[in-house]
Amino acid sequence: MNHWLTAPILIPLLGGILQIFIGYAPLSLRRTLAMTTTVLLLAASVVLLILASDGSYRVYAFGNWEPPFGIVLVLDRLSALMVLMTAILAFFCHLYSMNKADESSRQFHALFLFELMGLNIAFLTGDLFNLFVAFEVLLIASYGLMMQGHGTERTIPSLHYVVLNLAGSALFLISVGMLYSVTGTLNMADLAAKIPQVSAEDLPMVQAGGLMLLVVFGLKAAVLPLSFWLPKAYGNATAPVAALFAVMTKVGFYAIVRVFTLVFGAQAGALAGLGLDWLFPMALATLAMGVIGAVGARSLRTLITWQVIISVGTLLAAVALGTEAGTSAALFYMLNTTWVVGGLFLVVDLVSGQRGSASDKIVTAPRMYNRTLLSVLFLLGAVAAVGLPPLSGFFAKVLILQATTPGVEMAWLWGTLIIGSFFTLVAYSRAGSIVFWRNVDGHVEKPGKLTLSLGVAAGGLIAMAIIIVLLAGPISAYVDATAAQLFDTGAYLEILDTTAVKGGA
Amino acid sequence: MELAYALVIGALTASGVYLMLRARTFPVVMGLTLLSYGVNLFLFSSGRLATGGQPIIGSTADYADPLPQALVLTAIVIGFAMTAFVVVLALRNQADNDDDHVDGRRPAPSPDEDNEEDKGR
Repeated sequence: MNHWLTAPILIPLLGGILQIFIGYAPLSLRRTLAMTTTVLLLAASVVLLILASDGSYRVYAFGNWEPPFGIVLVLDRLSALMVLMTAILAFFCHLYSMNKADESSRQFHALFLFELMGLNIAFLTGDLFNLFVAFEVLLIASYGLMMQGHGTERTIPSLHYVVLNLAGSALFLISVGMLYSVTGTLNMADLAAKIPQVSAEDLPMVQAGGLMLLVVFGLKAAVLPLSFWLPKAYGNATAPVAALFAVMTKVGFYAIVRVFTLVFGAQAGALAGLGLDWLFPMALATLAMGVIGAVGARSLRTLITWQVIISVGTLLAAVALGTEAGTSAALFYMLNTTWVVGGLFLVVDLVSGQRGSASDKIVTAPRMYNRTLLSVLFLLGAVAAVGLPPLSGFFAKVLILQATTPGVEMAWLWGTLIIGSFFTLVAYSRAGSIVFWRNVDGHVEKPGKLTLSLGVAAGGLIAMAIIIVLLAGPISAYVDATAAQLFDTGAYLEILDTTAVKGGA
Repeated sequence: MELAYALVIGALTASGVYLMLRARTFPVVMGLTLLSYGVNLFLFSSGRLATGGQPIIGSTADYADPLPQALVLTAIVIGFAMTAFVVVLALRNQADNDDDHVDGRRPAPSPDEDNEEDKGR
């Protein structure tokens, strides 16, 4: 039992509860406490990463109910990586929100911290039903966050988002019920052990349940037929919220990786590799649609929301290869894309604040006060997102391309990814050159101020693209080890080696 | 018992899905509620249906699985909270847009353009 595992859940929980009680305290006090919470969370996730990097599984059994009977948290390399990635993104988003975004509602910081708690439960849990609960926790916080800000334009996208996700939750419960009715367990390790032993007559039930899980996770990750809610929902949220939501699609991605490599992995007998055949074409179609959306985007915000969909397509295409190299490349790409897309949301918000009524539309407008800084940040972000050398996006995409083996899959993946990247480049260059170069003289009267903290928040996330390149060696060693650990499902099952399972000694 | 139970789940889910596809927020909320009832019943049945069983192995020949009951309880609580949120959101939509259409306003601004579009379909 290692109590550190509960830290990424307890820290935002306690911090969030505190924020609820001090809703009427001065704003500066609330900001200080909220920031302290996020910094503590960041520190705890670094500790977890160091713990996890020895490659063993750490289990925390709630109430000392040993798996598979109780709910467990399991820390491995993948969980630690996701928690740290979220904490870094959250730190910068939180810093950015301390300027204006948190003034619209007294509950902003509480919701923000609860959202982080939900994300961390989802990444750490070793139980399928607990994953459902984590999804609900992070979703209800995200509903609240999405409604932040003034004006009425958020109501309709939020309504669509909530209804869709409720329908998704219903599907999740149905698939959980189907899996439980056959296997009699919802612990992920126990499921992985039980599924190869499922009798032939029960197999269709498990298969249907597994594929419905894929649909639910696909909805969270915004895979093609389930992704039309995303541009409007993200496009209308306030900037720090939209930037934090860059990690929300990665929850779906994480769930797919976790469940479909562990439970329906190579050892799953008749169900090995379930869903991967579907995932690959869907992911490529998602990628293609994201590119089409990006080329057709009329505002910078919309352009970045389509970039989220492009990233999802790329990530899932690499995972759907079903190989260690593919998963490792996807994890490397995930770090790059989550931070950079988050940073781009913040940069675009800064840009639109200095353009008056033109806001973030891709049209000619008065020149920005801080045009040089903002244009450089946008350029770096775009280069990293498109995948041009020398920034991290390039290396990530090369890793994905290298992960394929010659064949039909390779032709499709190389074709879609390279042509897609080219058109994304066209979209970014067009947007960037109109917004930053085609200006009329003079400035707008009341531009949004670029304070130090705003610049640090936006610049920090974009700078992660450079930091990933500088630390490419250690990071790629870590993700390689993560992928190796994921595919060695036998080791995960060892967490079931408890006295309760072995019959008591 | 199984047949009746399955028919109830099927009827609830089918009505729920039908209502969710309506264009007004009130039927959509009702649909979500019915769907969650159907799902809860389904989840409950995943532990097999047993009458008069105790949730302890060995106490009776026919025992009731306690885990799905716990899962259903959790799902009911979460579903209740979510429904409350959707209702508030639907009211906000009504207040913001003076209409309870799921897209904010009914798509009928200028009669000429619309008629042509309708003929096109």
